[in-house]
Amino acid sequence: MSERAQLLLEIADDELILGWRNSEWTGIAPFLEEDVAFSSIAQNEIGHARALYTLAADELGTTPDELAFDRRPEEYRCAPLVELRRVEWGATIARHWLYETADELRIAALKASKDADVSGLAAKIDREEVYHRLHAEMWLDRLVGSEQLRACIDELWPYALGLLPAGQREEYEERVRARLPFGVPAGEPIERGEHPELAELWEEMTMVRRGVPGATW
Amino acid sequence: MVTSEQIWDALGAIPDPEIPVISLVELGVIRQVEVDGSRVRVEFTPTFLGCPALEAMRDAMDARIRELGAEPEIRVVVDDSWSTDRITAAGREKLREAGFAPPAPRGPGAPTIVQLQSGSFKCPYCGSTDTRLENIFGPTPCRSLRYCASCRQPFEQFKTI
Repeated sequence: MSERAQLLLEIADDELILGWRNSEWTGIAPFLEEDVAFSSIAQNEIGHARALYTLAADELGTTPDELAFDRRPEEYRCAPLVELRRVEWGATIARHWLYETADELRIAALKASKDADVSGLAAKIDREEVYHRLHAEMWLDRLVGSEQLRACIDELWPYALGLLPAGQREEYEERVRARLPFGVPAGEPIERGEHPELAELWEEMTMVRRGVPGATW
Repeated sequence: MVTSEQIWDALGAIPDPEIPVISLVELGVIRQVEVDGSRVRVEFTPTFLGCPALEAMRDAMDARIRELGAEPEIRVVVDDSWSTDRITAAGREKLREAGFAPPAPRGPGAPTIVQLQSGSFKCPYCGSTDTRLENIFGPTPCRSLRYCASCRQPFEQFKTI
């Protein structure tokens, strides 16, 4: 597989799985506005995943649905951060903000790509992501003084580093440190490849497709 | 033989599946129409990538072009060419009449939270700018929720992208 296809799959998998996790707040967020916000963010992320899978699928001679749903759990390339199931608001906001901050760097790099399909799609994705970042920043401002948020960021930081390739991590850490009134712990990044909490999600996400192979709707 | 004007007219009669007061042409999603004998090539750009209306729009265009006796080829172009600035003046007015505040024009940079929280957004019902942001997100990816303190009416505001 080309480096391009691998990168597209990594990002698409991140967006699909995080979109899935975000959608788990639908109906049970702390208040109605956040039910709406996380559902909408989830819809956007899954839309981005579809567009990225489509680019990868054109290159690999397959379809976006096959890439999204027909691979075995161990074949997914998402970062462990997006798989974690944390039905706790502080952890959700910590992950949301850490993810969007990393994603901004990643999208900026893709926008500069010489591949017109990749740079064009990245620019389109970025128009939508602006609103995710505003939402994440607003919540960070609200919670940044709480010990709970700090503990969540401490726990998730090594996972967050695993989102980006090694070359982008220094800039990422600088941005995170510049924004937080407290530091982030030193530690080894948790890299792509392990799937600590994907199995159950995968079972649920692919159940219909496995149950009725070839179905269309 | 079908002409490109006929195709534009036909596409201009297709309502947006989610907000049927505005047509696909007014929404600015039709990028190009090319007529080559009986073949009609349409380039179309989605608004938001996760918009579920994408397939419905494509199917509607396909059907209308076939009704004119031509063979459609609808190409979905996923690049950076669509922005809310492409919604036509007539389209904006129709949105406003239906109670959706049309998107603000895009500034030089990306929208900021200070802008969204500012009083520069007009209530589509009473025209007051005494409105506040209730939620960046709304019932579909393209809309935010605002509240008008003057006529005490919540309303949907198109996001600027």
